Amino acid sequence: MAAQSLDMQDVAMNGTRANPNSAFRRLLAVIRELLGNPSSGFGLVVITILVLTAIVAPLIAPYDPNVIDLGNTLKPPSAEQWFGTDELGRDIMSRIIYGTRISLTIITIVSVIVGPIGLLVGTTAGYFGGWYDTIMMRITDIFLSFPSLILSLAFVAALGAGLENAIIAIGLTTWPPIARLARAETLTFRGADYISASRMQGASSLRIIIKSIMPMCLPSVLVRITLSMATVILTAAGLGFLGLGAQPPLPEWGAMIATGRRYMLDNWWLVAFPGGAILLVSLAFNLLGDGLRDALDPKQR
Amino acid sequence: MTAIDVRNLSIDLGYGLAKKRILGDVCFSVEAGESFGLVGESGSGKSTILRCIARLLNVWEGDIRLEGRSVNDMPFVEYCRTVQMVFQDPYGSLHPRQSIRTALQEPLRIHRMDRQVERMERALIDVGLDPAFLSRYPHELSGGQRQRVAIARALILEPRILLLDEPTSALDVSVQAEVLNLLADLRAKRNLTYLFVSHDLAVIDHMCERLAVMQHGRVVEVMSRDVLATGQAQDPYARELIQASLEYDHAV
Ligand SMILES: Nc1ncnc2c1ncn2[C@@H]1O[C@H](COP(=O)(O)OP(=O)(O)OP(=O)(O)O)[C@@H](O)[C@H]1O
Ligand SMILES: [Mg+2]
Repeated sequence: MAAQSLDMQDVAMNGTRANPNSAFRRLLAVIRELLGNPSSGFGLVVITILVLTAIVAPLIAPYDPNVIDLGNTLKPPSAEQWFGTDELGRDIMSRIIYGTRISLTIITIVSVIVGPIGLLVGTTAGYFGGWYDTIMMRITDIFLSFPSLILSLAFVAALGAGLENAIIAIGLTTWPPIARLARAETLTFRGADYISASRMQGASSLRIIIKSIMPMCLPSVLVRITLSMATVILTAAGLGFLGLGAQPPLPEWGAMIATGRRYMLDNWWLVAFPGGAILLVSLAFNLLGDGLRDALDPKQR
Repeated sequence: MTAIDVRNLSIDLGYGLAKKRILGDVCFSVEAGESFGLVGESGSGKSTILRCIARLLNVWEGDIRLEGRSVNDMPFVEYCRTVQMVFQDPYGSLHPRQSIRTALQEPLRIHRMDRQVERMERALIDVGLDPAFLSRYPHELSGGQRQRVAIARALILEPRILLLDEPTSALDVSVQAEVLNLLADLRAKRNLTYLFVSHDLAVIDHMCERLAVMQHGRVVEVMSRDVLATGQAQDPYARELIQASLEYDHAV
């Protein structure tokens, strides 16, 4: 996810016909800058491990995550099963490894939906202004005035429980802050001379928005999306915990905590490991987002 | 033929109580092939006049004609190929994320012009830059080079009229002279019409045949260049301005 978004960034920064060599070099420069700072380096490494784990999950998972072994339930961590087993005898480490696929799916789909919507709403509102801007911003205000977990809960309750609906609900609550940000950025650019110049050259509003304004908003929008991934992970886990997101037997981390809760006092490993995974990944996205902000800030170069 | 004819141009900007008359009944006209200067103190409305002609402001009253046709009646495509503008700040007028190639190619794509590569290279050579600059980005250029690129971009659609808003005031003095000479050469070669805004009477003296002196959103006097040397202006404010500039020249 991180590598992919950096790639997008780079394509945009260099225009469509950028020479691939210089695009690649810029990507390397950004990665080097991220790794140079301990906290963003930590974020990048954790997220890279997350992506790799999700890709090769079947190869590295020691057991099948869904095989029930009732003779082997609630075993504490041991040399054979590092994270122990749950109430049905399933290997927790394997379930966490497969759970990366679910988290990654949620994150990817949410950012693919939310980025373009937020960018489009924000830049058009900022560029055209007037009543269109007013209407769009009142709509985002309505979304922003609810805490995102509560709003997702309402959507999932209306749509029905399940992973797909959880993704839709999270997407619906994640775009407004991005639209807000894109609008604010657009307002600072739309009076610039280079926009006036391209208008005088006959560029249509759509062309100006796509070719001149969006590339300028993209770095901060990317940073914002990365930062909101931390919230997305937490909301997805929260919905899973409440039984509204991924349904058992899917190895979703939040759902694992929800079932483990009943055995928590005597068998700490049922909640500690999925909880730790959620904490680690959402922390990593936060740190990476902060690092990206420094690395991509156009005002610093 | 008159290239630019501005009649009774007035504009109010701001909302509600802050609404203010920025230009009042501005009249002047510029012949084809002429270079016409606009001078006046800061805030007197010089840039505003250019922005009205450039159709970047649309709420004005009065009449602006280019080559005999009202700007509002001209089809936009034709309008773009008649008049272009060069902005004051070379750092703000080029898109920071677009290469020079993109900046020059955009207008060609919009107007579906042929032989695009040839035109782009020609445009850079005409402003004294190497075609290798095409793959550079604005932050890799000096201020003077950027302003040359901005001029190349304005000329790539082959307009007959160029609006210049203090094109050299952000540049170093030596670079300023180079860019002014470039502009003078281009005008002679292509028979362009210039509407040239500047603070600097010496620059106007060098570039323009006639000029208008502005104060508080009004044109107080239109005069020929010769008056700058003699200081024989009719209007007291214009006389004062020229006198101050002459004294400054002597002092330097
Ligand atoms: N959008 C706007 N709303 C309200 N007032 C404006 C607006 N734009 C410009 N003005 C006012 O219009 C007046 C003329 O501005 P303009 O930019 O045309 O001056 P200028 O002659 O170009 O000055 P300078 O030589 O400093 O560039 C100024 O007093 C300015 O404050
Ligand atoms: Mg001005």
